Amino acid sequence: MTDNDSQTFGRLPATDAERSVAGRPTRAAVVDWWTDRFGVPRTIFESYTLWEKGAGKVWALPFDPGAPVPVEALGLTVLRTRQEHWKPTTIAAQRFGREATRNVLRLDERDQAAAFLAGEEQEIAWDGDWGYVIAAHELTGRLEPIGVGLYTYGTLQSMVPKGRRREF
Amino acid sequence: MDALSRYEPIIDDFEGFLAACERPLPTTVRVNPLAVTPDRAVEALAAEGVAVDRREWHPGVLEVDTNKPGNTWPYVHGWVHGQEEVSCVPPRVLDPEPGDVVWDACAAPGGKTAQIAAEIDDDGLVVANDDNLGRLSALRGNCDRLGVTSAAVTNTDARRATLDAFPDVAAVDAALVDAPCSCEGTIRKNADALDGAGASASRSLGRLQADILARAVALTRPGGTVVYSTCTFAPEENEAVVDEVLGRTDSRLVEFDVGLASAPGLTEWGDASYDDSLARAQRYYPHHNDTGGFFAAKLEVTA
Ligand SMILES: C[S@@+](CC[C@H](N)C(=O)[O-])C[C@H]1O[C@@H](n2cnc3c(N)ncnc32)[C@H](O)[C@@H]1O
Repeated sequence: MTDNDSQTFGRLPATDAERSVAGRPTRAAVVDWWTDRFGVPRTIFESYTLWEKGAGKVWALPFDPGAPVPVEALGLTVLRTRQEHWKPTTIAAQRFGREATRNVLRLDERDQAAAFLAGEEQEIAWDGDWGYVIAAHELTGRLEPIGVGLYTYGTLQSMVPKGRRREF
Repeated sequence: MDALSRYEPIIDDFEGFLAACERPLPTTVRVNPLAVTPDRAVEALAAEGVAVDRREWHPGVLEVDTNKPGNTWPYVHGWVHGQEEVSCVPPRVLDPEPGDVVWDACAAPGGKTAQIAAEIDDDGLVVANDDNLGRLSALRGNCDRLGVTSAAVTNTDARRATLDAFPDVAAVDAALVDAPCSCEGTIRKNADALDGAGASASRSLGRLQADILARAVALTRPGGTVVYSTCTFAPEENEAVVDEVLGRTDSRLVEFDVGLASAPGLTEWGDASYDDSLARAQRYYPHHNDTGGFFAAKLEVTA
């Protein structure tokens, strides 16, 4: 086993048996996590190659460049692993969260969605699992994910990054 | 506006041109088709009280009656991106296909990178390069906000760029050179755009631009397409650059029409004369379509 080099992109091993970098998540584990947690189709990352750069940041690219490549960015960051609870990125929630069937928390009141976007914490009665959820609201008749929240003890904490917060 | 007077002989309705350059630009956004259809984006903007005027030549280009489109839900969801109307032209001209590998030589801050990704349905690879790391971080922010997955970001001098980082890619299918330029055509949004403008500044930029464009032709497969664009009126940075690269590389100019009014590229300027095919390039003037100024040329790589 070698150590993870946080400066370069390394391809996720398909399975545990193929892992050569200690602690690196497998492709199967990433797909399992998305399907278990959010009920998205198993095909979610089928047309993507998956990479790790930085400690546990998982990137998805709809192309196979062959060897690991020395670049600044490779596709889209979709997940942070290497912490106790894996956490999807805001953009992955928006881009891949539309197909989620579980752990989607609807913010039906306009001020709930606005508070979430402003980065606030709010009390919400909800009977879903504790942990990371996809917060969504309806826009032009369709449910649209806004971002990732952390739901515990009846409270929804917004994980919208500072630079993306807005006050409407 | 003195720096523009040298263009009087080449611009029709020069008074109308100068008057347009004095007017502020309309605010426009481009709908991100990776997230939503233009119809739904229009509906969502209207629901927030933002009136929208759709452009005929491109269903995703919307004029909006707010100067802060960033403060709307459609923006938060990555449905729209603030992009000047005429700046949506080059990716349209490039017209890549899903699955293609595209080199975006001077990509930051990435409006066109995201549009190229949309043109290929976010399926394939867009190598987004820039030599300025600070501007690349803005590009990464934009691609991330718009949910672009197909971009790989590189930080090199485009004149010496290679595809070494992608061992399986022998040559790209298409390339965009949206070159660093004197930006005269942005006068409607930057009042100081003409400071320091003039033939000699443009001639020295022309050398850099020609080297980048020649590199793009070299990295593109035979039969592939290279688009060269600038936001300046200066022929020293436009026709002169393309003319030089046609001479230095195996390439030829091809015709295109995106559906906006334009004037053909010049074949003569002062004492210089350029290849007749430069008439296939297009000049977009502010008084033609109520936009900023732009130049675009489409090359096919022949060997
Ligand atoms: C007109 S701007 C590109 C705008 C961009 N295509 C977009 O749509 O957002 C030109 C860019 O060229 C970059 N540049 C200048 N010289 C360069 C070089 N030698 N190699 C690569 N990029 C260069 C600048 O940093 C700048 O970001």
